[in-house]
Amino acid sequence: MKRFLNHFFYVMSENPVTVFAFSLFILIILTALFGPWLAPYDPLATQAANALQPPSLQHWFGTDHLGRDVFSRVIVATRLDLGIALSAVALSFFIGSALGSAAGFWGGWTDRIIGRLSDTIMAFPLFVLAMGIVSALGNSVENIIYATAIINLPFYARVARAETNVRRNAGYVMAARLSGSSDLRILATQVFPNCLPPMMVQISLNMGWAILNAAGLSFIGLGVRPPDAEWGIMVAEGATYIVSGEWWLALFPGAALMLAVFCFNLIGDGLRDLVDPLRRT
Amino acid sequence: MPDQLLQIGRRLLQAVPSVIGIVIISFALTRALPGDPAVYFAGAMADEESIAEVRQALGLDRSLVEQFFIYVSNLLQGDLGLSLNTGLPVLEELLTRLPASLELTFTGLGLAVLIAVPLGMLAATRPGSWIDHLCRVLVTAGVSLPTFFTGLFLIYIFYFLLGWAPSPLGRLDILYLPPPHVTGFYLIDSLLAGDSETFWAALRQLVLPAFTLGLFALAPIARMTRASMLSALGSEYVRTARANGLSHRKVLFTYAFRNAALPLLTTLGMVFSFLLGANVLVEKVFAWPGIGLFAIEALVASDYAAVQGFVLSMALLFVVVNLMIDLLLTLIDPRVSMSD
Repeated sequence: MKRFLNHFFYVMSENPVTVFAFSLFILIILTALFGPWLAPYDPLATQAANALQPPSLQHWFGTDHLGRDVFSRVIVATRLDLGIALSAVALSFFIGSALGSAAGFWGGWTDRIIGRLSDTIMAFPLFVLAMGIVSALGNSVENIIYATAIINLPFYARVARAETNVRRNAGYVMAARLSGSSDLRILATQVFPNCLPPMMVQISLNMGWAILNAAGLSFIGLGVRPPDAEWGIMVAEGATYIVSGEWWLALFPGAALMLAVFCFNLIGDGLRDLVDPLRRT
Repeated sequence: MPDQLLQIGRRLLQAVPSVIGIVIISFALTRALPGDPAVYFAGAMADEESIAEVRQALGLDRSLVEQFFIYVSNLLQGDLGLSLNTGLPVLEELLTRLPASLELTFTGLGLAVLIAVPLGMLAATRPGSWIDHLCRVLVTAGVSLPTFFTGLFLIYIFYFLLGWAPSPLGRLDILYLPPPHVTGFYLIDSLLAGDSETFWAALRQLVLPAFTLGLFALAPIARMTRASMLSALGSEYVRTARANGLSHRKVLFTYAFRNAALPLLTTLGMVFSFLLGANVLVEKVFAWPGIGLFAIEALVASDYAAVQGFVLSMALLFVVVNLMIDLLLTLIDPRVSMSD
């Protein structure tokens, strides 16, 4: 553990960008947790007299077409956006890594069926497949989560399969087998923990993509319904006002979205340096 | 040459399982409707008898396996069902809109390749220079930018502030008539008709959405060019070529780039798949009358047949593109045919 921490601080001090990304990450998490208390105004309170005000000291990010405070809405939306992406990524991590480890550990038919399944999902343009899934299951926030989870599944299954496959005949696996552990026990206590670091990198790189996907789906009118605050839908609402010059409606939620995705991508790259310095590009 | 033909045949056969998989998943999606599809398709005013009639007409009273074979035989006849929104066959709707989307996607992809490949090559030949840093910043920013957001801000800057771009509504300003239909690509059709005015008008409408898509596709292409150029430049054949005193240009283009182009082509397939998704968002932002906009309208109206037809045809398009890229690889790289 001490060696890991030393290595962690070494990588951090080498790369100021990663330090920045981790601080941004903590800021985003805090905003998601305490958003409703941080927001200066009620994100749903409309005030028709105050509609479409440009940014000012009272309303840092201006107000939207119903007079709602854009700053408060952007802050409060953090929790919903992160929540959707986190649940989707968690779902695809658990299911994908279970399927992938099974495929890598047992090989044979298990491997062939699971491999074929993930190839088939990958044969679709993924955002388009997500649209199809949401339309088939019904238009709701839960189904956005399921759709995002399904399209991310193959990535986790592939990483887990590759990592398990190289370890299934490792010395410690042999030792565990000789001492009478069952396959499942070996998989869960010996092989899987060793596959976790590369999986973590995958999670972090995937989070940004999951956020973008979910926001894209709500931008085209799926999932989150108005008046709920969510970055994608706020950009969609602001889109109408761009052509008449009211830029703040779409800019701030879009910038928040961009910043969150950027942060997760940077952390993913940083984690990869930490886990696997050779793969740096 | 017969060897390559054999290769091509084998590659075509390899596409069959993915097409079967795609058809099975689309079938599953059409049957995953919550509740009873017959009740849904019969409409709100239906009584027991007409629901039973619809159920029989749709073949829902049979077993799932039978339903699947009916679905496949319909597909083979090009029958994707009727769109509830417009009352026309889904296939017809998709085919009339496909050229608009393809024109946009290919222009975007072309722009991205034109910018990203030289950028990646420059970054790889001068590691650590400002152009390398520019490349890294563009790559990281490019994967973080939501396409719909970039599109909106290009509109704000170039339409609202500068007034250079025409209003972001569709493929052609209402002042112009679409050129006579030959390929469905306005740029090509207007040139064929010799109508340069319409050509410029169509081009002006196309520039912003194509750039939005291009910015999105730029990142993975530049990243891949840089990485594969770096590994090609570090290889022994480049060292040998240099040691033999070949000119810098010859080493860079003939030895390094031709080898680096292979992984790049494979990446282009993946980028195309992402573009098909991003296309939907860009079409919504620019009111571009392609299949993506059609699919969004269908989604909002719960027009299931149209959405599933859209998903299926996008997947098949993607399979065809990947197939073409693989065939191209087999033709240009002798190692691909020897390796299996």
